[in-house]
Amino acid sequence: MSLLIGSLIIGLILSLLAMGVFISFRIFNFPDITVEGSITFGAAITAAVIQLDLHPLLATFLGFTGGFLAGMTTGVLHAKFKINSLLAGILVMTALYSVNLHVMGKSNIPLLTQTTLFTYVETLTRSVFPDSETVSLAGWNVQLRDLMTMVVLLIAIALAGSILRWFFRSHFGTAMRATGNNQNMIRALGVNTDWMIILGLGLANGMIGLSGSLLAQYQGFADAQMGIGMLVWGLASVIIGEALINTRSVGLLIAGAIMGSVFFRILVAIALRLGMNPNDLKLITALFVLAALVLPSLVKRFNIKPLVNDNR
Amino acid sequence: MTTGDPILQIIDLQKTFHPGTPNEVKALQGVSCEVRNGSFVILVGTNGSGKSTLLNAVAGAFLPDAGKILLNRTDITRKKEHERALHFGRVFQNPFSGTAPDMTIAENLALAARKGSFRGLGMALTSRSITAFRERIKTLNMGMEDRLDTPIGKLSGGQRQALTLLMASWVKPEILLLDEHTAALDPKTAAKVVQLTREIVEKDQLTTLMVTHSMQQAIHLGDRILMLHQGRIVKDISADEKKNLKIRDLMDFFDEVRRKDLIDPAMAEMLRQNYV
Repeated sequence: MSLLIGSLIIGLILSLLAMGVFISFRIFNFPDITVEGSITFGAAITAAVIQLDLHPLLATFLGFTGGFLAGMTTGVLHAKFKINSLLAGILVMTALYSVNLHVMGKSNIPLLTQTTLFTYVETLTRSVFPDSETVSLAGWNVQLRDLMTMVVLLIAIALAGSILRWFFRSHFGTAMRATGNNQNMIRALGVNTDWMIILGLGLANGMIGLSGSLLAQYQGFADAQMGIGMLVWGLASVIIGEALINTRSVGLLIAGAIMGSVFFRILVAIALRLGMNPNDLKLITALFVLAALVLPSLVKRFNIKPLVNDNR
Repeated sequence: MTTGDPILQIIDLQKTFHPGTPNEVKALQGVSCEVRNGSFVILVGTNGSGKSTLLNAVAGAFLPDAGKILLNRTDITRKKEHERALHFGRVFQNPFSGTAPDMTIAENLALAARKGSFRGLGMALTSRSITAFRERIKTLNMGMEDRLDTPIGKLSGGQRQALTLLMASWVKPEILLLDEHTAALDPKTAAKVVQLTREIVEKDQLTTLMVTHSMQQAIHLGDRILMLHQGRIVKDISADEKKNLKIRDLMDFFDEVRRKDLIDPAMAEMLRQNYV
């Protein structure tokens, strides 16, 4: 049970990554590889700032900002210097590897003894339930701390998703979506598409940096290698989300990305539980994505009904 | 600004695409003209004559090699495309170009209605704006008023062009630029879009530049015809001349410029053989 809750928590944290990947891959149709650098960047900045004994909220915010700047850099390379989208992402990702090592000063920073956002959740749990540490849930003993972390994250992620939904339905956000959909058209309506791409990639990677920041704080360390495979991970979540929810509504698509992230994390946890070699994790992840990519056409072929379908 | 003042001045505009390569195209070779406020100019010409290029140069799709474009006596030659867009309404030849296919009719109209205003974080669609969109779309008589939540990609080419036209003129543009906007449509739909064009232009007294391949449209629409050939304006037909103009006359002009074309290379070859 604690394994399930643990993977739910990581799934929720990584749903920020999934939302970021959704923005770049789906809204902008931009295969952005910056992801693998920006998630580590977010984690590295947060770890370094927390190590300086600064407030974890500030550290988290700076993690978001770092990701935002990384994404903007990719956007500038692509929109202003006309560099191919894949290459722009690869350049920034590669550069970030060195930057991350400099930010951290070494390849790994442990945070187990430091005050993180999750320390506050623990304090909150103790003040709400001063008498017990565990609770019995359907026959399993569950750490109250874990349960509280999950609830807090659930609220935070729901909030982040709602803010994103509202953003993409605003005047600015619709213009951003139109930029991904038809640049000619929105340029003819007076919108600077270069800046839309730059800011959009900034927003996407900001969320990814935030995801890395929370991940480092939850896992208790930041590591220079932690970004490897994260793009595929996010993509898998987005695709699974789309298989679950077939719609054009931005709000539901964002919800789908969150659900996909959690669902995917649980699948991986089950596979590990069933005795999968952890060394095979990336291979299995790639196979999962392959399956996820094939899934939509299978869904169509076997006429499996999605949970929500308003695709007129 | 009163009707009759020059709103657009094009001075000796030149553009060569892919210079110095085998694909070199001299698209504009010194085009000069003035467009008066409130006039409806039809641009005709053979394939590759530069009529669409001229329109795109005005809209800012590329920078010309030489020459100037003045809008209301202000030089806009170097202005970026999205900056000039605020002065122009544009409809493209391809019905897929003027709208965002994955977004709904209402969202597309909301984007157009916001042209020239600050795009902030307020909701793009409100019940008030949706009502306004529905009322206006009803006047198109194309049955789209009940489909505001439909993605534009599900509409027909004619419906999309009608919407693009509506979007291009929603915020009154200083000049409406129409680039063969009926060329991809079947004749019946094209006629409907032409009728809509006429209504929109007349209602707001819009200054309009329209490129067309259809001689019929050239005769029946607008108050002036510019004929382009090989990147130059070869004929400027005023409103008075245009009144009595027949399709036949226009075709004769075309034949005339084509004949000159044939003579030139043949003459050059003859001269070369005789004297070189």
